[in-house]
Amino acid sequence: MADTNDILKVENLKINFFTRKGKVYAVDDVSFSLKKGETLGLVGESGCGKTTTVLGLMKMIPPPGKITGGRILIKGEDIIPLSEDEMREKIRWEKISMVFQGAMNCLTPVYTIGKQMMETVQEHKEMEYLQAKKRIINYLNLVGLPEDIIRRYPHELSGGMKQRVVIATALFLEPEIVICDEPTTALDVVVQAQIINLIKRLKKKLGLSVIFITHDLATEAEVADRLLVMYAGKLVEIGTNEQIYGKRGPIHPYTEKLLKATPRLHEKVEELSFIPGTPPDLVDPPSGCRFHPRCLEVMEKCKKDIPSLIEVEPGHWIACWRNTND
Amino acid sequence: MISEPILKVENLKEWFPVRRTIAQILKGERTWIKAVDGITFSINQGEIFGLVGESGCGKTTTGKLIMKLLEPSEGKIIFKGKDVTHLEADKLKEYRRNVQMVFQDPYASINPRFRAQDVLEEPLIIHQMGETRAEREKIIRRALEEVRLIPPEEFMERFPHMLSGGQRQRVATARTLVLSPSMIVADEPVSMIDLSTRAEILHMMKTVQRELGLTYLYVTHDLSTARYFTDRIAVMYLGKIVEMGGADEIIDNAFHPYTKALIAAVCEPIPGKSNTIKEVPIKGEIPSAANIPSGCRFHPRCLYVKPQCQEDEPILKEIDLGHQVACHLIS
Ligand SMILES: Nc1ncnc2c1ncn2[C@@H]1O[C@H](COP(=O)(O)OP(=O)(O)OP(=O)(O)O)[C@@H](O)[C@H]1O
Ligand SMILES: Nc1ncnc2c1ncn2[C@@H]1O[C@H](COP(=O)(O)OP(=O)(O)OP(=O)(O)O)[C@@H](O)[C@H]1O
Ligand SMILES: [Mg+2]
Ligand SMILES: [Mg+2]
Repeated sequence: MADTNDILKVENLKINFFTRKGKVYAVDDVSFSLKKGETLGLVGESGCGKTTTVLGLMKMIPPPGKITGGRILIKGEDIIPLSEDEMREKIRWEKISMVFQGAMNCLTPVYTIGKQMMETVQEHKEMEYLQAKKRIINYLNLVGLPEDIIRRYPHELSGGMKQRVVIATALFLEPEIVICDEPTTALDVVVQAQIINLIKRLKKKLGLSVIFITHDLATEAEVADRLLVMYAGKLVEIGTNEQIYGKRGPIHPYTEKLLKATPRLHEKVEELSFIPGTPPDLVDPPSGCRFHPRCLEVMEKCKKDIPSLIEVEPGHWIACWRNTND
Repeated sequence: MISEPILKVENLKEWFPVRRTIAQILKGERTWIKAVDGITFSINQGEIFGLVGESGCGKTTTGKLIMKLLEPSEGKIIFKGKDVTHLEADKLKEYRRNVQMVFQDPYASINPRFRAQDVLEEPLIIHQMGETRAEREKIIRRALEEVRLIPPEEFMERFPHMLSGGQRQRVATARTLVLSPSMIVADEPVSMIDLSTRAEILHMMKTVQRELGLTYLYVTHDLSTARYFTDRIAVMYLGKIVEMGGADEIIDNAFHPYTKALIAAVCEPIPGKSNTIKEVPIKGEIPSAANIPSGCRFHPRCLYVKPQCQEDEPILKEIDLGHQVACHLIS
């Protein structure tokens, strides 16, 4: 799979939370790559480990969590052995940055937008005040906000404007990789479309590589060039936009069901299908294929053996015993 | 099938006063947040009626007015032929038994220290339904079965933290059912829930609605679930209804530029769009309800604005059978 176009490569990443209830297998043996200039989508139900995966890429897993295995290569350099100082000085925000899930609602109410952005910047880079201010204004303009936003307080801004501020902050130190964790989930449809368009424009203009997380397959169809589908801490399918949303459609029963449960505005359906049951507790995940208790096509083998990702056609990978002949 | 309206709302308004500065008080200036600003619609018996619009357009306020959690500033609410706009305490209690509400947040709407059984028993005690404990338990079991929490005995013992988001929303729905209401106001009942469970909850709500012949007012900002779930849709913008009609008609033959923008903004799971910019025919963001634009309140965001739109407020007109639009573009 070695590809010089890969700006980021994740190999067998394992992340656990060590809780009183036991060890949480939040990210379990996850491997994927991000090509330069592409948008990689990451979808899955709540609690399947999307946020934990990308926090791992930033090396920002909160305690009691820990990266317990694997490699994270940014342009060939494994960042897992790096110290916290090294991460802060040369990787985080400068090579890889992130729009955190819910960050737009975590802006401090008592400081102006300008002050909050300035603090974030100065934490990471030594820069003269005036120069920093000029850059902040540049980036605010870049995300479509007027200069006077720097003097306003978070409560004076709409949800869409706050999300733009958060995006501008993530871009400020010119990272090549930007992770967007559910950047549109809490927003209205019109504002959602505006934010998606903004991310696409910025990606082109700045040559970014993007990881875009949502639990909504419809949103992902409009942003992701390739898609990673996650279930209970594991990747179950990887495919291109065309492979997942095209005529052939997804192959893994989980992705298939998820897509069928996604309402389509321009199609009248009598009944939406859904996936009965709920995702498992990751302290004690099911044996074999983690999806097997909810899968209608389950076989004996699925209950015992863990399926690994197999390439069924160029670029299309699935982890499913039913659909691979190994 | 044409049936009788169970609920009629006429020119309903809810204006909240804005806190004023001393200068404004001295000048006698008063300003209002016109959260709901004169809406008229009716919901038929056994129908699912969708109220759709962006955040802040007044959907929840409308729901609260209908639940009689708020007193309207103006207008009338008629339920089963009777004017219920202003009710005395005993009549209000009776009305609230008949009209129930499911709230948006399945986490906030259930007391964390109550077992599911207690959650469901509370309204029965308040409304003095079910003489004995055993009788109440029977009603509770039936409601839990109705929302497919089976076996009910098992779920009755559970505290909220032992339930998934979807199961909590089922308990919240069951809670409305124990009183055998005729109408349920569901305010974004699935927006906090995962996509796969969302379909399951809507399916459950629809099944219950059919089995019990209920009427729903379904409040949402999501047109794609509205199309699947509702019979008719009213599109709301800044406190007013701008378009109303059959669910399919509204989506296939939208007329109002705002409805069209909402439709264009919806993401669809079809391939080949990751490299294109989506054109959404609308300008800017929704203004504050404290500062409603003159004339057609949508005009500053409209791409087809005419001089007339800045001055005259358009009223709802029928453009097709049962399809009403408030827009000056209607010739
Ligand atoms: N700080 C923590 N301590 C213990 N367990 C945690 C912690 N953070 C996350 N987890 C667990 O790790 C798993 C993955 O969580 P994560 O937040 O990555 O999911 P997600 O896919 O981002 O979900 P969502 O769509 O709800 O944001 C879950 O089972 C969660 O309960
Ligand atoms: N008690 C109140 N006092 C003052 N203003 C209020 C009050 N309740 C609501 N508003 C305002 O009325 C307008 C309509 O609010 P409402 O909650 O009805 O909108 P909504 O359509 O339900 O929005 P959302 O999709 O965000 O839930 C908003 O501008 C809101 O800020
Ligand atoms: Mg998350
Ligand atoms: Mg609301």
